[in-house]
Amino acid sequence: MAVDNRFVYTEPSGEEPEGVRSEIITGPVSDWATDFSHLEPEWSADPYPIQDDLRRRCPIARTERFGGGWLPTRYEDVAAIAYDTERFSSRSIIMGNFRPPRDIAPVGGSPPISSDPPFHQHARKLLLPAFTKTAVSRQEPATRAFCHSLIDAFEGRDVVDAATDYAQHIPIRVIADMLGFPQQDGPRFREFVENVLEGINLPPEERIERMEKLFDYLLGQVHDHLTRPRDDLTSYLIDAELFGRELEPDIVTGAMALLLIAGIDTTWSAIGASLWHLARTPADRERLVAEPGLLPVAIEEFLRAYAPVTMARLVKEDMRWRGVEMKADDWVLLSFPAANRDPAQFDRAGEVVIDREVNRHAAFGLGIHRCVGSHLARMELRVALEVWLARIPAFTLAEPSAVTWSAGQIRGPRALPIRIG
Amino acid sequence: MKVQIDPGRCQGHGRCYDLAPGLFGDDEEGYGQVLGDGVVPPGRADEARRAVANCPERAIGLFEET
Repeated sequence: MAVDNRFVYTEPSGEEPEGVRSEIITGPVSDWATDFSHLEPEWSADPYPIQDDLRRRCPIARTERFGGGWLPTRYEDVAAIAYDTERFSSRSIIMGNFRPPRDIAPVGGSPPISSDPPFHQHARKLLLPAFTKTAVSRQEPATRAFCHSLIDAFEGRDVVDAATDYAQHIPIRVIADMLGFPQQDGPRFREFVENVLEGINLPPEERIERMEKLFDYLLGQVHDHLTRPRDDLTSYLIDAELFGRELEPDIVTGAMALLLIAGIDTTWSAIGASLWHLARTPADRERLVAEPGLLPVAIEEFLRAYAPVTMARLVKEDMRWRGVEMKADDWVLLSFPAANRDPAQFDRAGEVVIDREVNRHAAFGLGIHRCVGSHLARMELRVALEVWLARIPAFTLAEPSAVTWSAGQIRGPRALPIRIG
Repeated sequence: MKVQIDPGRCQGHGRCYDLAPGLFGDDEEGYGQVLGDGVVPPGRADEARRAVANCPERAIGLFEET
């Protein structure tokens, strides 16, 4: 085995990373227009009435939490910010109480999602070929067989949890296979995901410790792949070159972290939200059982209406932007879910229309940061729903009040008790 | 009628080759490509319009041939 000096183990320094920390402010929101927080329970339970109200009366909300930030709610504002990489940086895309130092741009901590031009396109180019529609179609037979095996395990049960017994496992298995991680490590991935995406308001030392666990795990996988290279994304990233040189170790593990984290919660949420909708909307469920060919169109509508992903940006310089005074390093919470329900962009924006013909939704983002895994997500979502509807054509919410939704920038059901039959 | 993709706007969402596989394909990075000369054969006009109506980046143009 060739020694690869890039991935030598080092003791964690225990030092806090450089950057700016803001005061952690939690508790009930006084006014969503001036004090919004995507981490409060009211938002995770049902953000849409809040967004609709802000869109009518605001439409760009402000908060002093997280060191200050903005929440545009109109499609045209969300789109303009997504396209404007000159004035809005991706150097952090999770709105919280920590801003990484400015000099981390244009690469950022987990390229390409955290990258700005001109570096962004080079990092993105490395990943794109592995995630084309053709490339991800190779995962489809195994995904389908796995979905069947999950439903086989429901045998003898009247009530199952569609979030934790079904939806969650599908993206975990698919991304573990693509990265070449052991399938039995799945439960640990869930922990990593929760730590990164839902632990936003924890004390910094705890967040750092949790992130170190993830990167220790990834470094372990890198070493395993250095010993036993194989045909998967981890070996691909270890061998990949940028500007004629092998990648910096932080870029390898950063990209692995991105694929692991971004590939799981998001698709889990989309599958769960779609099943939640169908469990409480018998007409749509019956129609899709009768017309499976409509499913790809319906899936786009589920993605529009229940878009799981919200991104964030940091304002680069002080400026007046569409009527508000933005300061350098203010957050912008880039709500694709809010954009997707803007009546100025979509007819019947607040309704779920499963045969919607015109649907330019922004669930996978707009512009240069279009979700690199969108073709994979669509494949998983389609297979997951095809198999579920074929095997379990009749189902309802077992206990509507027991449904819970994740907090933070990825929204989907985390408890979803379903009665079969 | 003829379809065209603006490569400056296309981000590889793939709605065109999902909805109108007879008119569009993808390249090795997933960006949309017009198949052949882009002329929409009779009977494929609806497919072409559906692709245009569902491109999130508004990257597809549909032109009457002159």
